[in-house]
Amino acid sequence: MNRRLPTNLVIGAVLVALVVGVAALSLVWTPHDPTLMNIRGKFADPSEAHWLGTDQLGRDVVSQLMAAARNSMTVALVAVLLGGSIGVALGLFASAVGGWVEDGVMRLADLGFAFPALLFAIMLAAVFGPSLSNAVLAIAFINIPIFARVTRGSANQIWTLDYVSASRAAGMNKFVISRDHILPNIAAAIIVQATIEFAVAILAEAALSYLGLGAQPPASSWGRMLSEAQTLMYLAPQLAIYPGLCIITAVLGFGLLGDGLRDISDPRLSRQR
Amino acid sequence: MSVPLLTATGLTRHYALPRTSLLRPAPLLTAVDNTSFTINAGETLGVVGESGSGKSTLARMVMAFETPDAGEVLFQGQNIHALPAPELRKLRQQFQMVFQDPYGSLNPRRPVGWSIAEPLRAIGEDENTNRRVKEALEQVGLHADAADKYPHEFSGGQRQRIAIARAIVTRPALLVADEAVSALDVSVQAQILNLLMDLQDDLGLGILFISHDLAVVGAICDTLLVMQHGKPLEAGRTADILRNPAHAYTQSLLTAAGVHT
Amino acid sequence: MLELTDYSVNFSAGAALRQANLTIKPGDRLGIVGESGSGKTMLALSLMGMAPDGATLSGALCVDGIDMTQRNEIEWQNIRARRVAMIFQEPMAALNPLRRVGDTVMEPMRVHEGLSHDQAQARALSLFEEVGIPDPAARLRQFPHELSGGQRQRVLIALALACNPALLIADEPTTALDANVAVLITDLLVRLSQERQMALVFITHDIAAVARATQDIVVMYGGDMVEYGPTAEVLKTPHHPYTKGLLDALPDPSRTTHDANGKRRRLPTIPGTVPQLQDLPQGCRFAGRCPVEVPQCAAQKPATQSFAVNRSSACHLNEGAKR
Repeated sequence: MNRRLPTNLVIGAVLVALVVGVAALSLVWTPHDPTLMNIRGKFADPSEAHWLGTDQLGRDVVSQLMAAARNSMTVALVAVLLGGSIGVALGLFASAVGGWVEDGVMRLADLGFAFPALLFAIMLAAVFGPSLSNAVLAIAFINIPIFARVTRGSANQIWTLDYVSASRAAGMNKFVISRDHILPNIAAAIIVQATIEFAVAILAEAALSYLGLGAQPPASSWGRMLSEAQTLMYLAPQLAIYPGLCIITAVLGFGLLGDGLRDISDPRLSRQR
Repeated sequence: MSVPLLTATGLTRHYALPRTSLLRPAPLLTAVDNTSFTINAGETLGVVGESGSGKSTLARMVMAFETPDAGEVLFQGQNIHALPAPELRKLRQQFQMVFQDPYGSLNPRRPVGWSIAEPLRAIGEDENTNRRVKEALEQVGLHADAADKYPHEFSGGQRQRIAIARAIVTRPALLVADEAVSALDVSVQAQILNLLMDLQDDLGLGILFISHDLAVVGAICDTLLVMQHGKPLEAGRTADILRNPAHAYTQSLLTAAGVHT
Repeated sequence: MLELTDYSVNFSAGAALRQANLTIKPGDRLGIVGESGSGKTMLALSLMGMAPDGATLSGALCVDGIDMTQRNEIEWQNIRARRVAMIFQEPMAALNPLRRVGDTVMEPMRVHEGLSHDQAQARALSLFEEVGIPDPAARLRQFPHELSGGQRQRVLIALALACNPALLIADEPTTALDANVAVLITDLLVRLSQERQMALVFITHDIAAVARATQDIVVMYGGDMVEYGPTAEVLKTPHHPYTKGLLDALPDPSRTTHDANGKRRRLPTIPGTVPQLQDLPQGCRFAGRCPVEVPQCAAQKPATQSFAVNRSSACHLNEGAKR
């Protein structure tokens, strides 16, 4: 049998490796200090010292993009882990208890779906002031209902299997069954969802930072670089293009990786295409 | 025997069908209708019927997976559906179940010893777990080494033995077997039926044996309950019913089993 | 019309079917009985030219006198449906849930025989009547989920008959059905075979169904045809030790369940389990589980011995004792 990996998985994995690699590298090394300003050297063309030139304050663009990648990854990781854990726990709980509790949790999740993330972030910013941690909280919040729904859907299928009934017959309580039988069997679906949500989180962080509700100066962020470059579009369009390309690469990479993982974890879906 | 092991009285279970109109209440399907039976220790009751006859719903109510809409199940004199959850969990070690599909009833990601030990973990038994798992494996005719292997390494018949080992590891008083031999080949089916009879003689198990195959039921059951569309059609000693079926439906099941009376 | 001569299906792990010999004439009703791993499904797929990829075929499989063993998919497509048709175990899985059953039945007539829509519809209607579907005109427009299991199996039989095959292969046609519906479907297959002079190959593990439906029977074990003969005779006086063991293991409601001491009788069993393909013994496949085994069994494949007319068995013990 031909066991070639799906193309989207390979491309996604390469892009993700690139972004994550750059972000990791920025922890130990960037060509320059990303926050170091040099007004005399502003709008420099690409050169040996500044591979992609400098911005309106003379900061090195490559260094900023690298530091922004690290920030972006951190925000997405924390937000997805936080929102995902709460969502998975809620989904497992709803599926295990069933009845009106399950209905209640799922209606709450629907309510969460109906709530725009940006609006929530703006609300948080209004109450607590704009900050990166508030952005993380906002993105984590929108992830809760998504994971709750995926978890509950997959878990309900596993609950109908005989070995789960056998476990109930053995007198196991439902939370132990959720841990021992349900979670391991839906892990693949959750990992796929997490990868896709990672892409969404990167985009959300960029959007929030663009609006000034995310990373605050001097921290670097693709979204803020974009918004700063916007006013200089005619003067230095490349300053908007570079962070834009970075966002596309990261979002596309995680999106394709998630799709590819789904294809290999559930062959039925890929064959239908 | 003074108190029967299990007494079911007037068991009834409805399911709501999808609504046909917003204004009318959802129509009800009666899966099991006013069914009563008794199982004594060391005896086997067979429940026979086609798919949709309610026999699996009956098993699920006896296992307390479902609550009847009317009627009660007394296990050793206790109404299992009225027990608080922790006490029911404790009592569960006394009644265990074997399922139809030997491929679906074991978690494929766990070694079989882990699955067999599950009922012991449920009652917080730790010290003797390994020894009792090995004992159970030997009781069902498998080698004690089997505990470390995974379900896919066994044939269908062997998996059904493992499922039985899990069911007897807590030394229960009642075993519910829902189509436990239906998915097996004829020669394997005979081995498993013999195993159930041996275990019953050794452990004094009461067995609720659910099947669509009258020939199989005839080989193992002392008493018999024939069901159709959720209703009990006839009940009595197995030999009497097989020799002299009172109902045309029972007769047609006998014909399908290759018996010409 | 169909003949197998020393036909084998080999995989890298071993032979799934060993030197099968079989002749099927029009109107024959042949039962093929065996357990999992006996090779009966491999035999059925071979008769349809659907042996799985990776199998090496040898010997001869002749349809209407033409050896089809090494023919390709295109040539087989001309045979399928028109000469040899098949029905499957799971009637729901074999029907497209999104198509009306009438359209499904009409498709092969329109593709293979170029009938117009109206002609095909008329033929489908008469087929539905023939297989005993009540109110056939209304059923043609229904979807599979609207029919009961027995009705679906009747639709599949109508589909198999659409192009008037000379041979119908039924692979476990009653296994997924309730017992009393299974009897009706079995009887329907017999009636169709008689009325159409169509050969029927009935593959099953259900001895009661085979006894009801067939004239002749092949018993298979581990890829070998171990016994062949008229159904009633084989079931009454089996020659091969495997056939004996299989029949004994069958619960018989007319047998008393308790012995003289009031102890419940155990069923006679065949010890052990069917080995994996790669672990099957080289000689007689039943060696290692056989109650009457002699030393040569494991090493040497027993030749098929004929007894009287139409009766044969492959066992070393029969060689000395020809009847």
